[in-house]
Amino acid sequence: MSARPSREEIVDFVYREARLLDEKRFDEWYELFTDDAYYWVPSTPGQADGLNHVSLMYEDKLLLKLRVERLKNPKSYSQHPESRPHHVLQRPEIESEDAAGREWVTRTPFVYLETRGDDQQVYGGVAFHTLVLVDGRLRIRLKRINLVNCDAALPSVQMFL
Amino acid sequence: MGNYRDDPALVAGLVQDDQVHRDVYIDQEIFDLEMERLWSRTWIYVGHASQAPRPGDYITAGVATLPVIMVRHTDGALKVLMNRCAHKGTRVVTDAAGSVGRAFRCPYHSWAYRTDGTLIGTPLPRGYDGTRLHECSAAKGLAPVAATAEYRGFVFARLSASGPSFQDYFGESLSSIDNMADRSPEGELEIAGGCLRYMHNCNWKMFIENLNDTMHPMVVHESSAGTAKRLWEGKPATEPKPMAIEQFVPFVSDYKFFDDMGVRVFANGHSYTGVNFSIHSHYSAIPGYEEMMKRAYGEERAKKILGTARHNTVYYPSLTIKGAIQSIRVARPLAPDRTLIESWTFRLKGAPPELLQRTLMYTRLINSPMSVVGHDDLYSYRSIQEGLRCTGNDWVSLHRDFRPEEIGAADLTANGTSEISMRNQFRAWARYMAAAPGSAA
Repeated sequence: MSARPSREEIVDFVYREARLLDEKRFDEWYELFTDDAYYWVPSTPGQADGLNHVSLMYEDKLLLKLRVERLKNPKSYSQHPESRPHHVLQRPEIESEDAAGREWVTRTPFVYLETRGDDQQVYGGVAFHTLVLVDGRLRIRLKRINLVNCDAALPSVQMFL
Repeated sequence: MGNYRDDPALVAGLVQDDQVHRDVYIDQEIFDLEMERLWSRTWIYVGHASQAPRPGDYITAGVATLPVIMVRHTDGALKVLMNRCAHKGTRVVTDAAGSVGRAFRCPYHSWAYRTDGTLIGTPLPRGYDGTRLHECSAAKGLAPVAATAEYRGFVFARLSASGPSFQDYFGESLSSIDNMADRSPEGELEIAGGCLRYMHNCNWKMFIENLNDTMHPMVVHESSAGTAKRLWEGKPATEPKPMAIEQFVPFVSDYKFFDDMGVRVFANGHSYTGVNFSIHSHYSAIPGYEEMMKRAYGEERAKKILGTARHNTVYYPSLTIKGAIQSIRVARPLAPDRTLIESWTFRLKGAPPELLQRTLMYTRLINSPMSVVGHDDLYSYRSIQEGLRCTGNDWVSLHRDFRPEEIGAADLTANGTSEISMRNQFRAWARYMAAAPGSAA
């Protein structure tokens, strides 16, 4: 798309991102992010600061690349057996659109399952995507995942929320 | 195995000079005895003074599975009290942190306590006229732990009335806390940036032993740190290394690196790796910081402080610190196969804000439940927890670099890949655990 994306295209983008993760198409998923993107899972409710306060994840594209590459490595021992992710999304809402019509924030409540062997974990929360147009295509500048249990004592969470 | 509680010799038999019996990790009775004998008679980390700066400020914590409160009393002293209403046993406070002013009030029947735990009063007090209340333990208020000590703001508690003094227990190992605090131009630390809480479904000792385990990083962290190294390999030398790469790559240093770094052990189970250098030794300088340190301490002392970059210091059994990056982790055992690991970070007072930012990056990358380094470590621990159920071999090998002369040595430095730190921990463990019931270790 080179023109302003429709509401449906924006919503479909968010659903597609989750599908890529669930199908473990991590290389394609990685390409959805802008070069200056951040992937943020705060560790406290309403957290405003990712630099001066800790988070579960606060990662730039290099660190996302590291994770994606690591998952290809047979020596990623914690992935024996492998983890499988599964997202169930509520329909994304467009929270805001900037005045120039070039940036959107979507809000998507979700339930997320991560299963590995006999152990299945369930998480829930709200994901916020900041989307921009780059060369006519939607890209993620910020994915912020507000887990409802962000400050709980968590076990290993290995896949991408 | 058999009944450990009444048989000190049986407990002592679990620890040999160079190997330990699997029951130390998997047996429920042993875990219960650890809480009663080891964790009660030694000094356990509670929190940092900076978490309760003003009278009435408090935090709650678990010490040897018991809920405690660390609170700043009206006279300025920090108290560590059992979080247990003297009436019927309610937890008096249930928030992780807060401020009560001059008194705690139990949320069940409103019994009131001063911040040193003493009972102020109860509602409708005439109901206790002519009763034994004031002769019974109910009138004593919130029970304080037997002993507390504070060192550079680190607050420790000893639950048992009998046990070693703080200084006797930690001795020269306290120099690691000094190094961390001295990295502040003002010589002071402040907890900052929040906490990460990682539930480990394994025995607490697997986590503790791994801290000075230098034979695992090049294997276990190959997929994470090794990937970081490969991602950066093609880059020109002139391109500044991202902080994340600086922090990850040293984890896959070779055996020689870890061996040369050295390990030092102390009496009572404490130790640190990185005697000579560590994975933290070559982080890029943060602008302005070295100058501040020189102004505060003079060039020579500043150089010595910053040149001391230890790896993990273990304050047995509950605490590990990394002075060079101002991050600590606290082990809170819950069950033989369940341990909560809390990661806390510090601001160096007077230092540039970029140091805390670097610290927070480190703790995210390494200590988070979402850390790719943590994933492979915890995978190993959990794997051991399950593997040790096997019969056919009851012993966990700690033979690496064993030397008979290490037995009884109170302060010894060895090559970094030695398993001496683990043997040293179990020698302390055995001393406390095999003490006959009712005696001091």
